[in-house]
Amino acid sequence: MQTRRFVIAAALIACLGTPALAQDKSIVVASTTSTQDSGLFGHILPLFKAKTGIDVKVIAQGTGQALDTGRRGDADVVFVHAKAAEEKFLAEGFGVKRFPVMYNDFVLVGPRSDPAGIKGTKDIVAALTAIKTKQAPFISRGDKSGTHQAELALWKVANIEIEKDHGPWYKAIGQGMGAALNTASASNAYVLTDRGTWISFKNRGDLDIAVQGDQRLFNQYGVMLVNPAKHAHVKKELGQAFIDWLVSGEGQKAIADYKIEGQQLFFPNANSPGA
Amino acid sequence: MMRAPQSDLPIALDNVSVVAGDVTILDRISLTLGQGGPTVLVGPNGSGKSTLIRLGMGLVAPTSGHITWGGGTGTDGKRRAMVFQRPVMLRRTAAGNVAYALGAAGMARTNRHAEALDLLDQVGLAELAQRPARRLSGGEQQRLALARALARDPELLFLDEPTASLDPAATKAVEDIVRAIAASGVKIVMATHDLGQARRLAADIVFLVRGRLREQAPAEQFFTSPQTPEAATFLRGDLVIA
Amino acid sequence: MPDGTSALSLVLGGDPTLFAIVRLSLIVSLSATLLAALVGLPLGAALALTRFPGRTFLVVVVNAFMGLPPVVVGLAVYLLLSRSGPLGFLGILFTPKAMIIAQALLVLPIIAALARQTIEDLWLEYRDELTAMRVPPAGRVATLLWDARFSLVTTLLAGFGRAAAEVGTVMIVGGNIDGFTRVMTTAIALETSKGDLPLAMGLGLVLIVVIIAINAAAWGVRRVGEARAGT
Repeated sequence: MQTRRFVIAAALIACLGTPALAQDKSIVVASTTSTQDSGLFGHILPLFKAKTGIDVKVIAQGTGQALDTGRRGDADVVFVHAKAAEEKFLAEGFGVKRFPVMYNDFVLVGPRSDPAGIKGTKDIVAALTAIKTKQAPFISRGDKSGTHQAELALWKVANIEIEKDHGPWYKAIGQGMGAALNTASASNAYVLTDRGTWISFKNRGDLDIAVQGDQRLFNQYGVMLVNPAKHAHVKKELGQAFIDWLVSGEGQKAIADYKIEGQQLFFPNANSPGA
Repeated sequence: MMRAPQSDLPIALDNVSVVAGDVTILDRISLTLGQGGPTVLVGPNGSGKSTLIRLGMGLVAPTSGHITWGGGTGTDGKRRAMVFQRPVMLRRTAAGNVAYALGAAGMARTNRHAEALDLLDQVGLAELAQRPARRLSGGEQQRLALARALARDPELLFLDEPTASLDPAATKAVEDIVRAIAASGVKIVMATHDLGQARRLAADIVFLVRGRLREQAPAEQFFTSPQTPEAATFLRGDLVIA
Repeated sequence: MPDGTSALSLVLGGDPTLFAIVRLSLIVSLSATLLAALVGLPLGAALALTRFPGRTFLVVVVNAFMGLPPVVVGLAVYLLLSRSGPLGFLGILFTPKAMIIAQALLVLPIIAALARQTIEDLWLEYRDELTAMRVPPAGRVATLLWDARFSLVTTLLAGFGRAAAEVGTVMIVGGNIDGFTRVMTTAIALETSKGDLPLAMGLGLVLIVVIIAINAAAWGVRRVGEARAGT
């Protein structure tokens, strides 16, 4: 019995003790749950791997958490959609350079019964104001994600300090886009979502798009290499190779080619000034 | 450097009491157990026979008074062994149980198996060597317990009512083995409630009532001319109400 | 996981992604249980057999930690293994190794607490004999653990059940990376958040079937062993 124990222990130590397979070509990219839930990575990453042989391991978190992962040095690249937060990340010295990659848009979805009476409007600010006035049920991500920050910015444009000034009709759930949509579907509430997640979301219940097309619903994605000066182990060549591919003609085309139900979700704009 | 183990004999109790809470289990016992034939402890239930055996084995410490083994503290205890009324079998074969006892007594692993079979043969269990010990009958388990005790090459063997749960055939088998062990020079100290067994096996008798030593005498003398009224009552088969 | 498919068709069609996920779940949780057992069984036995100042407090703490929230364990291990943390140099965050270690920590109190109880009960039975045979403390631990082996199988199953069922720990330290650290529970969480509830539920049933199969196998091993040991 003693020998059996030693064999098991030795086997375990062998499993746990083996170092990373001879410098495997892989990078860790911290990105957002909405990007993952849209299915984009499933489409573009195999193309990148086929071209470069690099494995991209995506950790999908909220934007706040993804940037924090970058700050800690637990990722090589961050790929999120909250320009202000990204620029702060750069200013703190955790990123090398920010490259715009693509944009998609947010849409406001809500119950077909439309308690706030906003269906079909193109003015997101007026819609939000109506929701608050009518105290229609609203679900917020509440998780410092890019989507959440976009939502807060829109309330601000409507001159509403929503975090201080809301009633029980406004529920912040602190979870990802899918969870927020599930909750909104189950409680017939309005929720701000990116179009990509919405198109691939299957549990819509009675929800439908209420407001879309407002310029202010524009959602810009940026990618940054985590600064090797702060974290020496960052795989800077492989990480930069990914960034270079994303903004290259090939990568941009791959992004544009990703469609669900015939609809393009993301619009590449690496070359747009000021994006 | 190996010290030759101290002899545990004689065991000398000097005014030993064992008290648990309010209950006095043994009351100022002074007694010597020396080399020789089997010493059998008899007495009615609650007389403290079991506790006295456990005291001699070193499983229980006196609350007051002193006990010495061969004049010393008896901490070595390598050549003492004990058989309990209900032996606990390890979850392995009969041979495995004896080999375990041999290992606990310090025998090197390579020799254990052969020696275990030899010991099993001495107690008549050679054919059951590979049987799971828990599947043996009560009598067979008790004989296995004796083999385990012998594995310690004891000079002193304690037995606490070893046949109380056994049928007559099994009882006889156990008694034969005990007799053989005694004949080979091992000092036996045994508690029993069976007077017939005491008559068959004892060289001398220690008679206890309610924790007090009432009589200690050579067997022949105790059975034919008991000195105390309690002993006389007990030998008649009447209840001894102290 | 392909969209719009049912879990049943994935199973019957031998979908490689699904099988890879099930395989990783089993590797992680079985390894974690084994690792926790290597530490927890002797620890539980030692707690059962020894008396020292503070023992009662330690027993209470070990019992209480059976209910450690997985997400808290995950977070604690994450902070330890993060590159910015004390063990960051190991570079094992977001790998199956980290998941195994974290789950082992989660499961360790369960195994130690249940082993302690089992061994304590067994010691009552074995105490006289083992003391009479003058078995030293280390020997007692080994003997009792071996003799209690069938009861301890149940203990190990309890630990494995906890590991296989939890999502908080492996999500945080593993990151649910597609093709690398995605296990059954995190896959279910993902499909739920994508709104594909039927697929998520189907995967849940697959997970339950796998766990039942493991338990059945353990039961079989126990019965065969008991028959041979004559218990």
